[in-house]
Amino acid sequence: MQTLIEISNLNLYYSSVHALKNVSLSIPEKAITAFIGPSGCGKSTLLRTMNRMNDMIPGTRIEGKLTIGGTDIYSNEVDVETLRKKVGMVFQQPNPFPKSIYDNIAYGPRLHGIRNKKQLDEIVESSLRAAALWDEVKDHLKRSALSISGGQQQRLCIARALAVNPDILLMDEATSALDPISTLKIEELTQELKNRYTIVMVTHNMHQAARVSDQTAFFLNGEVVEHADTEKLFSNPSDQRTEDYISGRFG
Amino acid sequence: MSMPTLPASKAKRGRTDAGSTYSFKNEKKSLADTVMPLLLFLCAAVSILTTIGIVVTLLTETYHFFREIPIFEFLTGRKWSPLIPPVSYGILPLLSGTLLITVIACIVAIPIGLASAIYLSEYAPSSVRRVVKPILEVLAGVPTIVYGYFALTLVTPLLREIFPQMGVFNALSAGIVVGIMIIPMVCSLSEDAMSAVPRSLRDGAYALGATRLEVALRIVVPAAFSGIVASAVLAFSRAIGETMIVTVAAGSTPKLTANPLESIQTMTAYIVQVSLGDTPRGSLEYGSIFAVGMTLFVITFLLNILAQYVARRFREEY
Amino acid sequence: MGVLQDANRKQIAGRRRLDFALHLLFVAATSVGVVVLMALLVDILIDGASRLQPDLFNQYPSRRASQAGMKSAIVGSLYMLVIMAPLSFVLGVGAAIYLEEYAPKNRLTRLIQLNISTLAGVPSIVYGILGLAIFVRAMQLDRSLLAGALTMTLLVLPIIIVSSQEAIRAVPRSRREASFALGANKWQTVARAVLPSAFPGILTGVILAMSRAIGETAPLVMIGAMTYVAFLPNDLLDSFTVMPIQIYNWIARPQAEFRELAAAGIVVLLAVLLLMNFAAILLRNKYNKKV
Repeated sequence: MQTLIEISNLNLYYSSVHALKNVSLSIPEKAITAFIGPSGCGKSTLLRTMNRMNDMIPGTRIEGKLTIGGTDIYSNEVDVETLRKKVGMVFQQPNPFPKSIYDNIAYGPRLHGIRNKKQLDEIVESSLRAAALWDEVKDHLKRSALSISGGQQQRLCIARALAVNPDILLMDEATSALDPISTLKIEELTQELKNRYTIVMVTHNMHQAARVSDQTAFFLNGEVVEHADTEKLFSNPSDQRTEDYISGRFG
Repeated sequence: MSMPTLPASKAKRGRTDAGSTYSFKNEKKSLADTVMPLLLFLCAAVSILTTIGIVVTLLTETYHFFREIPIFEFLTGRKWSPLIPPVSYGILPLLSGTLLITVIACIVAIPIGLASAIYLSEYAPSSVRRVVKPILEVLAGVPTIVYGYFALTLVTPLLREIFPQMGVFNALSAGIVVGIMIIPMVCSLSEDAMSAVPRSLRDGAYALGATRLEVALRIVVPAAFSGIVASAVLAFSRAIGETMIVTVAAGSTPKLTANPLESIQTMTAYIVQVSLGDTPRGSLEYGSIFAVGMTLFVITFLLNILAQYVARRFREEY
Repeated sequence: MGVLQDANRKQIAGRRRLDFALHLLFVAATSVGVVVLMALLVDILIDGASRLQPDLFNQYPSRRASQAGMKSAIVGSLYMLVIMAPLSFVLGVGAAIYLEEYAPKNRLTRLIQLNISTLAGVPSIVYGILGLAIFVRAMQLDRSLLAGALTMTLLVLPIIIVSSQEAIRAVPRSRREASFALGANKWQTVARAVLPSAFPGILTGVILAMSRAIGETAPLVMIGAMTYVAFLPNDLLDSFTVMPIQIYNWIARPQAEFRELAAAGIVVLLAVLLLMNFAAILLRNKYNKKV
């Protein structure tokens, strides 16, 4: 598998807190990489450095290098809007805008300059299909996005992210607020999406990482303890701390 | 009472009359617990009495006034001349004066207040917010008589450099300063509405590659729209009721005009003008205060109700 | 390579320029308030500096600008504050306690609540009309200190009630429950567990309401505090004047000397208000830290 995201010696500070310590990681293209670890271990922080959502938190300082497809995303030539268009994100809580289902999906394409109604219609349909939501909502696209269930809302947010045609999809504990059936649906969805997108997911749930990911990285106190193929990491971890964590001895 | 004696005394009381059962009866129902609710209710009732007082006062005096001057003539008359014969009580000139001031004030206050709110809620680093917000609070606390002085001695002379034909008393200067006075109100109410929009909606838009401006104008402002509209309505109502600035700077010549360079009179300024003279109770002039006051009260009351309705009815669910 | 390059660079650059331009515009709009406040203060200080002398505080108003001062106005404002503060504090906080702690959830309560928020938006001059009809005429208090103070009490009540309610509401439920769990009755809980926690917040609101009243002119013009007062009020039924009215009186005169007096009077008034605001901000900061 070819590497798409290359992180080397990354350090991140929130004011005086050293949140990521010397992280180095290679994330492969068109596969699912899962970050696991106890809360506060830095896995979400690392995820948010990949589309520079951390920029907006005052007092954040980053050292080291993070390249996507060979481009250092913290260099001056990169503008964050383009970066975020290419690196989509799905959040822990479904966060549809208080607009119609259609307008939610069309929001991103419109931002990026698509005005043509027919083109927007096509994007809305293909994104909703890709997020396995089309059949459930196709008859009421004008309805408020807040009127559908939480699981549907989260798939809507996935569709919204896909609508700007990203290469990478970041999922920040995207199923933790959902019921088991909705969770299952989204897990199935990720299996389809990984043929076209590079997916990085943060999860609280080790079993989820084991079920869906190709590679897994285990975080502890802001460091990457171990990064390996999922099968290997769960069956034959090389670090004692990883073993303790996956066998449920802490965290 | 110290700790150790408490169980002992309780035990003595409990055991003597009912064997080993506890008594949960209240030995002495505290006086405070029966009297206080009533006293407190009376405090709250003062506000109801105030409203009743306002309405009854205005109604009775206005009723006497309307027996002399037909209400239709009052509401549609185009000439307000209570002192110089032929005496005429047509409120339209006062209404148009009030409206002129209010419109000028809103043209100043709503864009500036809203833009400040967007800046403070979406752009400003917290260090700037910490400095600017208290300044706006101070600006909101400046007495209106001080604004009146400001309008008369600084703003009017400046404006007369631009419009030499303008008089010392004019609607433009007073309107601009009324607008400045209500900027903090528009700003803080709109900002409250914007900061109630959850962080997650902003994150969702940023993650799609939106700029700060796009997040502000396409996500935050639409989501906070009801609160913003309510702040604008309240600003309008506040401008209508403003008294001292217009009394000092806008003049005392009631006229039907839309020319902001002219001197006009508002409803509030008329009320002040009459009460400065010693008008005998029962005279037509005395009654006219109440008729004008009633008009003022009804308009601002309706606007305030409208603002509350807008804020509640169109509240977005996030 | 090229992952981040294929987007429409031109389009994004345009959007960023717009963002930047509007950012500047928003900053400019925000600085209007700051600039105006500075201009206002400088203007007034320049105009009034020459008259900021002991005479301003020692002399009574006079036909001759050179001899005029605002002694009776300063004392009048002070007396009014002394009458109004306890009255509005008791009534306002009492109403707030009732609404937050005792009021049943019914129509009457909703009506009172709606009524209070509506009263807060009634123009101050309407309170003047009310005061004129009720206190001055019907109760025959005449144009007295007491009539003025009662009118202003009604004016600030809604402000005090709303801010006190907020302060009371901010007291965590757990504190009430802890008190009830120790066997306290309702009033004991309110008086000993809720009010002490809410007190700094309540006091902040009361101070701000008082500073509003000190600067208020229109209602007192209505009830006739305008009279030329060359003495200090001796009892509640004496006529009186207050600072903003004295200032208005001076502004209304055409002579430049009186303008200077007005500016000097405004400096005094603003100094008092800034002190009160400052006290309120200090209290609030202290309160916010404690939570």
